[in-house]
Amino acid sequence: MIPLGKLDWSAIPFDQPIIMAASGMMVLGIAFVLGWTGLKGYWPYLWREWLTSVDHKRIGVMYLVLALLMLLRGFTDAIMMRAQQAVAAGAPGYLPPEHFDQIFSAHGTIMIFFVAMPLVIGLMNFAVPLQLGIRDVAFPTLNSVSLWLTASGILLTNMSLVIGEFAKTGWVAYPPLSELQFSPGVGVDYYLWALQISGIGTLLTGINFVTTILKTRAPGMGYTRMPVFCWTALASNLLIVAAFPVLTATLAMLLLDRYLGFHFFTVDSGGNPMMYVNLFWVWGHPEVYILVLPAFGVFSEVTATFSGKPLFGYRSMVGATMVICIFAYLVWLHHFFTMGAGAGVNAFFGIMSMIIAVPTGVKIFNWLFTMYGGRVQFTSPILWTVGFMVTFVVGGLTGVLLAVPPADFQLHNSLFLVAHFHHVIIPGVVFGAFAGYTYWFPKAFGFKLDDRWGKASFWCWFLGFHLAFMPLYVVGLMGMTRRMQHYDVLSWQPWLLVAAGGAVVILAGIFCQIMQLAVSIRHRERLRDLTGDPWNGRTLEWSTPSPPPAWNYPVLPRVDGIDAFWRAKQIARVHPAQPAKAREYEAIELPRNSPTGFVTAFFAVVTGFALIWHIWWMAGLGLLGAFVTLLVFAFRRQEEEEIPAAEIARFERTRQREAVP
Amino acid sequence: MTDTSYDRAPGDQSVPLDEEESGPSSILIYSIGLVLSLGLTATSFWAANTNLLWGPGVPLGLVVLAVAQMGIHLVFFLHITTGPDNTNNVLALAFGTLIVTVVVSGSLVIMTNLNDNLMPPAGMQMRH
Amino acid sequence: MSLTATIGDIPRGIPASEAGPAPKRIVVAYGFWIFLLSDVVMFSAFFSAYAVLVHATAGGPTGAQLFNQVSVAIETACLLASSYTCGLMSIAITRHHRLGTYLGAAATFALGLAFLAIELNEFAGMIARDAGPQRSSFLSAFFTLVGCHGLHVTAGLVWLIVMMAQVATRGYAAVVQRRLQCFSLFWHFLDIIWVWLFTVVYLMGVRP
Repeated sequence: MIPLGKLDWSAIPFDQPIIMAASGMMVLGIAFVLGWTGLKGYWPYLWREWLTSVDHKRIGVMYLVLALLMLLRGFTDAIMMRAQQAVAAGAPGYLPPEHFDQIFSAHGTIMIFFVAMPLVIGLMNFAVPLQLGIRDVAFPTLNSVSLWLTASGILLTNMSLVIGEFAKTGWVAYPPLSELQFSPGVGVDYYLWALQISGIGTLLTGINFVTTILKTRAPGMGYTRMPVFCWTALASNLLIVAAFPVLTATLAMLLLDRYLGFHFFTVDSGGNPMMYVNLFWVWGHPEVYILVLPAFGVFSEVTATFSGKPLFGYRSMVGATMVICIFAYLVWLHHFFTMGAGAGVNAFFGIMSMIIAVPTGVKIFNWLFTMYGGRVQFTSPILWTVGFMVTFVVGGLTGVLLAVPPADFQLHNSLFLVAHFHHVIIPGVVFGAFAGYTYWFPKAFGFKLDDRWGKASFWCWFLGFHLAFMPLYVVGLMGMTRRMQHYDVLSWQPWLLVAAGGAVVILAGIFCQIMQLAVSIRHRERLRDLTGDPWNGRTLEWSTPSPPPAWNYPVLPRVDGIDAFWRAKQIARVHPAQPAKAREYEAIELPRNSPTGFVTAFFAVVTGFALIWHIWWMAGLGLLGAFVTLLVFAFRRQEEEEIPAAEIARFERTRQREAVP
Repeated sequence: MTDTSYDRAPGDQSVPLDEEESGPSSILIYSIGLVLSLGLTATSFWAANTNLLWGPGVPLGLVVLAVAQMGIHLVFFLHITTGPDNTNNVLALAFGTLIVTVVVSGSLVIMTNLNDNLMPPAGMQMRH
Repeated sequence: MSLTATIGDIPRGIPASEAGPAPKRIVVAYGFWIFLLSDVVMFSAFFSAYAVLVHATAGGPTGAQLFNQVSVAIETACLLASSYTCGLMSIAITRHHRLGTYLGAAATFALGLAFLAIELNEFAGMIARDAGPQRSSFLSAFFTLVGCHGLHVTAGLVWLIVMMAQVATRGYAAVVQRRLQCFSLFWHFLDIIWVWLFTVVYLMGVRP
């Protein structure tokens, strides 16, 4: 008998039909995908070209696939909660409390860490090296490790659905509730290890991108010539580097409390649970800006491109971004005004929270002035952008309300707060990611997304969002606290019914997006982008073919100003291109694909799972495996492979033939 | 393209590495750093244990000594300079220092404040 | 559309920010520099926790009762000396001097190991006196903060062994040199962390 720690058959909740049905669907889905790709003989291709790929474009695409799949999971949780609250007026509803608690915890954790983060990191992966005019990020293999560690965290979180349970503590897992004394199950351990493992991946991404943006830009691309998206990516990754280690340390302390009987946050032996809250939000508030700044960058690119004008106030935009980057670190206490700090401390952080709205306002005006006088094309990316601006301003204003400590004493922990942060995160991050997804999709795959389905999806999301969250402000003001499994105030129910209806409309929006993808793939020949520049773009990525070759640029571009590609096009218009003379290309060294990331992540999952279930021998094996993997990587001889000049020349010739209409 | 047009890598010395006479001088740099560090460490240990100094001022003095020693390490061991080719390294360092200062001092202020407010002085329960 | 056609060669004397992708040596060292920055931030969270909990002894022993300044002074000397030998090792590396590299590494390793041994001995003594990390919040924070530094030193020692194996098998290949440079950054950085540790934990801790 192999010792398996706490793990036995009782870990699988056979008595819970809802969970078993969901688990069955998930397992069947995975089995179907694996079986179908296996039958079609795609496994070698997938392994060679995707799973072991260190190409930033493919890694970006894989991040987005992960994020969109997890969006479905997180949204399922959301619609289950809305349904429960819609029916649970003076009644128990259909979800038992312990299951409802897991659902709201999983919803928050998944949406922040496994939807929003992979969305923005995926977009940065795809676009930043192309915009900087280079061939890959600074550390391509590390990038693959980051991706797969994130996937490990996702896998562990989803395993908790089938084996054991997830945390019932809310996504913030405040002690003492999350301590062993009050949460003896494995739920909190799933939460902690999933976040520790994916957190390492995120930190490595941050290091990678800061280095990439600061050290490996194309020749001539000084700081004031970088596209705004790269600036926001820089700010976001600086915040990752500065904030995620704090989360790692804080969660490590909670782990030590739970596993080794330490007393950081316990209620006895001098522990201080408030310190967890403090340190958690030292990470948590910068995290908000980690998510939203890249989305701001997407909006800047989209606004400038579809208005046919340079971005208004480039320098003020950059300045506002960097001010937010610093100030993001000075407002964290507003997440716990009511914990008991004195008036002086609360006032300081309240005022800082209001001040940070100012650079954000600068950005809004810059986008408006960019559109003003431009010839705006109302494609779906710009719809997401305009929808964001309208919605985000209102959400931001409710945030300024909450930044007033006395008001916060009334509103904290209520559905007003829930409405507020969804009101900034959904337009800010999700709309931004969708705008970026639609905007860069033709660059990634060589054909555009169907615009009609895209617009339908936008309108469903936009209307559904308002239907779902505006009522929550009202019930919040009426006194409904968050995370209620059932309630006795019948006057709340009509509002919650409307909110549930809003969630259904959002579901229709998601359906439109799935349809959009399917329809676009079916009509890909009609939507094909041969020029590489479907939107009349401004930045360097549009000078490459769609999809770009593995080496991105046959010769690194020379940059002499902002909006480099736009300038090149202007010059070409005045001086029409001479008949293409046969160029001399040089061979290009590209980093070799490597299974390091995938294998490391496999061992990370083994280790994490073993630690969750206290299977110590397996944890040891997993750690050893990860270490050996890294050793093998460290001793490998051949790090790069060469693309011969002839192949590049052939590719460029074909491209020029095709691009001629 | 000459090397000088790039920023310097953190930890690199400004002395050209391939010259013969660079050896002794870089040993000298490390040695100066070692001597200065030893001196500062000894001062710290002395200051913490002596009765000659004004007690409440000692922690502040120790922090100053630690900052000084950190500076010695950065300059003599990590070869951080104020030169233009080091700007990026210094900026990263400054950002890190800012964040560390904010995290530590912010946490201390907040937690002290919370503790003060949550520990009612004796007899306070009587009034409520 | 060819961007490269638009302008000619870059004149000399352009700022570093416009020079194009930096050589790999600089990129790698800078990336590691950023990693160290993130590590410092992680330590700052543990330092904060320690500073908040330093008086939460829950009736257990205080720092003044537990800390032995003599052993801390020896630890400090070991680590400082190992930083120095690590510096000597980097000089030997730049000159591709095998023996010097091995000697420097051996000295660094021995001093690091001595540091660890003293630290573990201190930990074992404290646990034996019923002053383990489970005793009070103060001791939890102490063991975590100092232990985290100790873990870093351990990782550094393992790394050093791996690097010497690489020097032995691959000589001074560019990739080996880059990694050695990162190692020396790491080792000096650990010494800087230790400066704060002995100042904040041990020296301030023994004062009433």
